[in-house]
Amino acid sequence: MNYEIWGVALQVLILVLLSYPLGRYIATVYRGEKSFMDFLTPIENCIYKVCSIDPKEQMGWKRFLSVLLTLNLFWFVWGMVLVFIQGFLPLNPDGNVGQSASQAFNTCISFLVNCNLQHYSGENGLTYFTQIFVIMLFQFVTAATGMAAFAAVLKGMCAKTSTTLGNFWVYLIRTLTRILIPLSMVVGMLLIVGGTPMTLEGKQTITTLEGTEQVISQGPVAAIVAIKQLGTNGGGFFGVNSSHPLENPSYFTNMVECISILLIPMALIWCLGFYLKKRKFAACIFGVMFIAYITTVFISVGQELGGNPKIAEMGISQLNGSMEGKEVRFGSAATALWAMTTTVTSNGSVNGMHDSLTPLSGMLTMLNMQINCWFGGVGVGFMNYYIFIIIAVFISGLMVGRTPEFLGKKIEAKEMKIAIMIALLHPFVILCGTAIAAHLAVNDSELAAAWLSNPSFHGLSQMLYEFTSSAANNGSGFEGLSDNTPFWNISTGIALIVSRYLPIVAQVAIVGILAQKKYISENAGTLKTDTVTFSVMTFAVIFIIAALSFFPALTLGPIAEYLTIR
Amino acid sequence: MKQNKFITREQVLSALKESFVKLNPAVMYRNPVMFTVLVATFIMGVVTMSVLFSGGDAQGSFVYNLVVFIILFATLLFANFAEAIAEARGKAQVESLRKTREETPAKKLNGDKVEVISSAMLRRGDVFECEAGDIIPSDGEIIEGLASIDESAITGESAPVIRESGGDKTSVTGGTKVLSDRIVVRVTASAGESFLDKMIALVEGASRQKSPNEIALTILLAGFTLIFVIVCVTLKPMAEYTSTVVTIASLVSLFVCLIPTTIGGLLSAIGIAGMDRALRANVITKSGKAVEVAGDIDTLLLDKTGTITIGNRKATRLYVVDASHEKEFIEACLCASIADTTPEGKSIVELCASKGYVVDNAKLAGCKWIDFTAQTKCSGVEFRGGTTIVKGASETIKALVEAAGTTYPAIADEFTTKISSNGGTPLVVSKDKEVLGVIELQDIIKPGIKERFERLRKMGVKTVMVTGDNALTAKYIAQKAGVDDFIAEAKPEDKMEYIRREQASGKLVAMMGDGTNDAPALAQANVGIAMNSGTQAAKEAGNMVDLDNDPTKLIEVVEIGKQLLITRGTLTTFSISNDVAKYFAIVPALFMGSIPALSALNIMNLHSPESAILSAVIFNALIIPALIPLALRGVQYKPIGASALLRRNLLIYGVGGAIVPFIAIKLIDMAIAIIM
Repeated sequence: MNYEIWGVALQVLILVLLSYPLGRYIATVYRGEKSFMDFLTPIENCIYKVCSIDPKEQMGWKRFLSVLLTLNLFWFVWGMVLVFIQGFLPLNPDGNVGQSASQAFNTCISFLVNCNLQHYSGENGLTYFTQIFVIMLFQFVTAATGMAAFAAVLKGMCAKTSTTLGNFWVYLIRTLTRILIPLSMVVGMLLIVGGTPMTLEGKQTITTLEGTEQVISQGPVAAIVAIKQLGTNGGGFFGVNSSHPLENPSYFTNMVECISILLIPMALIWCLGFYLKKRKFAACIFGVMFIAYITTVFISVGQELGGNPKIAEMGISQLNGSMEGKEVRFGSAATALWAMTTTVTSNGSVNGMHDSLTPLSGMLTMLNMQINCWFGGVGVGFMNYYIFIIIAVFISGLMVGRTPEFLGKKIEAKEMKIAIMIALLHPFVILCGTAIAAHLAVNDSELAAAWLSNPSFHGLSQMLYEFTSSAANNGSGFEGLSDNTPFWNISTGIALIVSRYLPIVAQVAIVGILAQKKYISENAGTLKTDTVTFSVMTFAVIFIIAALSFFPALTLGPIAEYLTIR
Repeated sequence: MKQNKFITREQVLSALKESFVKLNPAVMYRNPVMFTVLVATFIMGVVTMSVLFSGGDAQGSFVYNLVVFIILFATLLFANFAEAIAEARGKAQVESLRKTREETPAKKLNGDKVEVISSAMLRRGDVFECEAGDIIPSDGEIIEGLASIDESAITGESAPVIRESGGDKTSVTGGTKVLSDRIVVRVTASAGESFLDKMIALVEGASRQKSPNEIALTILLAGFTLIFVIVCVTLKPMAEYTSTVVTIASLVSLFVCLIPTTIGGLLSAIGIAGMDRALRANVITKSGKAVEVAGDIDTLLLDKTGTITIGNRKATRLYVVDASHEKEFIEACLCASIADTTPEGKSIVELCASKGYVVDNAKLAGCKWIDFTAQTKCSGVEFRGGTTIVKGASETIKALVEAAGTTYPAIADEFTTKISSNGGTPLVVSKDKEVLGVIELQDIIKPGIKERFERLRKMGVKTVMVTGDNALTAKYIAQKAGVDDFIAEAKPEDKMEYIRREQASGKLVAMMGDGTNDAPALAQANVGIAMNSGTQAAKEAGNMVDLDNDPTKLIEVVEIGKQLLITRGTLTTFSISNDVAKYFAIVPALFMGSIPALSALNIMNLHSPESAILSAVIFNALIIPALIPLALRGVQYKPIGASALLRRNLLIYGVGGAIVPFIAIKLIDMAIAIIM
């Protein structure tokens, strides 16, 4: 049990140590400064030429967003067509057929919004061709899209007064060539070394030790898993994601994968500090996020190692903690760490069953996604935090007796309107969705039985989790819920689209509007945002707005469950 | 005329009446937070009635519902009362200023004919005359004549002031009294448009414009309110799914407690009180925004004379050329100044007196005074015997002495340089073309001004002294007074240019001015305060008018602005952090009946679900009137730096705001438990 805790500590330590230099490097990429990756410049220029992109174009925030959204629409059509006709395309050794229109729609949307909610199993729902040219491609492109938006936010925050936020294409392509692809190669190699398959051959039939025949699915797993983890995507090659023995064969690969989840989101916070030359500001933000994250890890690891009181009542020893729904090769502590890591980011890959987590751990997975800005998805995580900074700046700016300003820009009605709408959107989508589902389930017991594997508190948690995961673009599930029904496909689909694009549009818009404003110089009366006090303030704002809004709902779900089985 | 009483009985009575009038939904709509409380109260009213008529216990007892309804209703009244009492105070303040000017007869000039009409009938552009003893019927500009005017009705200052046509002192204010002479005045504002009327409109609900910051805050509060609408409405089906019974009264109570009613109820009162505080400092603001902007000022342009130094220079030291002739020199100083009625002259006499010298009247008998003229540039006395003593600027005396063929002593030059570099002004005294010594005149820096500048520096405000003095003198005074920068030998264009330059580097600038040539700079500055004695052009250009003509008022205005924003911020923080306790009071109470295990969340150990909910709503209602005095007075601003201030206010209003309701709700719950 002790070594399990050391394992968790080691992973967190490696994570933090790696994220700092990576953040510094990413800052040089977005600032367009010289770096050791400059040998890629000819390749990038070639891409610009082929796609007839003018890399020197400076985009205003409206143009930036319209390019971003247009590209997303293009990929959506691309994905729909390929997944629909995949049966006729090459690289299909297992002879899988095309997805139905509704399933294709669901798959494309969920991968396009960096959520990766999967209503299919990779083994038979996709071909190698679509795994590579839809799933893996989307995993690269959507992660890069979020990071490109982040780069624009950085540019906007840095400028004194500017009407432009940089060039979307340049950010997108540099993110791919200089950050995501090289990192994925490293992680992919480590996974191959650890035993993850990387092949285009079809299923293998082998004879097991018991002498029976078993058909084993395989494929270009390592390549897809690497970007799945790094790009906070989470959509696994296999149906059961990283609890599958080929997707995640050992404790070593588990460590590599778990670290990969949070590596870029953490690095981006350092990147912010290097880019803006405000390292103290970045350290403050990092501090708030890290303390929140590590607190949830601490509680969750404790809960999982503590075991399930109902099982203890039956007289079963739980030396290794609560092992229900967990893999023996990882243990309960590593699974708890993964569960927290995958939910503070919008990753959503799993290495165990979240449905089987003990109630408080289950609650924390939800709470992490409901807050959605402790590191968060690549790029978009900080942008969510940014919204709360705006609100915190507004209130604390007033408290020091000045019209609120952030980085020299006055926060006025327009920005406030956008910020509060986005802060509102998340509870709105999650709570309204859950309320509608709960209402339907109450009035139709057959429906409830078909949807939910549990009644009462845990049933509510399952519904709440599904909407939370969709709204946070996380993609993991409390798998007790049978979500492949028209209601869940449509409602979560709407939640996915709304929760991905509205915040990005709003956040880039706020930054764009603020960048255009007149720069106001600082004086001794100006609120400092790089202090512990302000960090506490931001944390309090997030806690009261984002976390406490869900307190009543969580009380009826996991808290009631926890107190009842205690 | 200053009101000393915080709130009078009449104000309370009229505010009470207003609280009911303001229940009108069309009025409440302007305040989204309280409007939702109105809707919630209405819903509770309907529920209470239905419980009364249909009976049944599903929604709780009639009495319980009725009590919740009454408390919500009281919450509304309290919020309205806060606004009404702030309005009443502001209005009373303005009314007392205006009382004097109503129904004043005006002697309107039609060509040569004089027609007496009521002041209310005067229109912009009309011309009227005022003679000694008349009350000036309207704001205007003197186009003919000069008069001494008693402005005590407006400023409270009893010394009369001189106003005359032409120049910078042409402006007169309605309600003030002409003490001597006759003036002809052109009306600059029709009745109902003058500054006081504008001020009343600002204070009154109907035409009160929300300032940009108030709008942004209202959006924030409306957003919070919406979040809690979602939280409470969605809770009902979720509770049903887990077979938990939740009454409408409980849900409505949860909602009203969670939304920021405290700040929502006090927001407009805070804004009005800010303008009212400015008014109490005798500053009329033309918009609520101006007061807020004042809090953001980075740079303050202050005239040296009257602001940093006492208007007049004072003799501080005597430098004698030949030490053996000290007595002769001091007597000469005395004689040359005894007839000089300027403050400088008087101060020389005082200085001599302090050295034990008094005027020998016998010596002065039959002498001839030499008055200061623009041509001679010196003043003094010519005795019977023909002996002449004059004092004047060094260049003047030097020319005089050298013209007479006497040598100008080198040591006198040394004295003058020394005095100049000390920020003083030298006056050379000569007797019969022979230099006796030099008098040092010093600008006297106002007592306490250095501390005020220090305070401003801590607020982050840079002070800039504007003076006509040469750079050397200006630098010395600037250093001594502790201002950060100065503009020496300043012309009005220099001010304008300085303001532009500061603004270009992202700073907000405030200045005070009175002359017509100040008008462009006043308009350019982010906060321009015109002196009431100044020209109409200056008053139109600025966004505030100072009735006292006191240049140090700028400093007060900055503090009033900051106080306004701080009050908003701290009460918002207080209101929001209250929620932490309210969640823990109400959420367990909502579900404890159906899910007994949840009583573990009842950390306050409240008596029963009903008492828990009631005590939360009662606390929520009572906190509004409890905070009215704070809203009206404003939260104290302390110039301790932004971070320290944030830490302090966060501790008091944030942490305090989370703790106070825990204690108060528990106490109220204990009281309810006893009653029940």
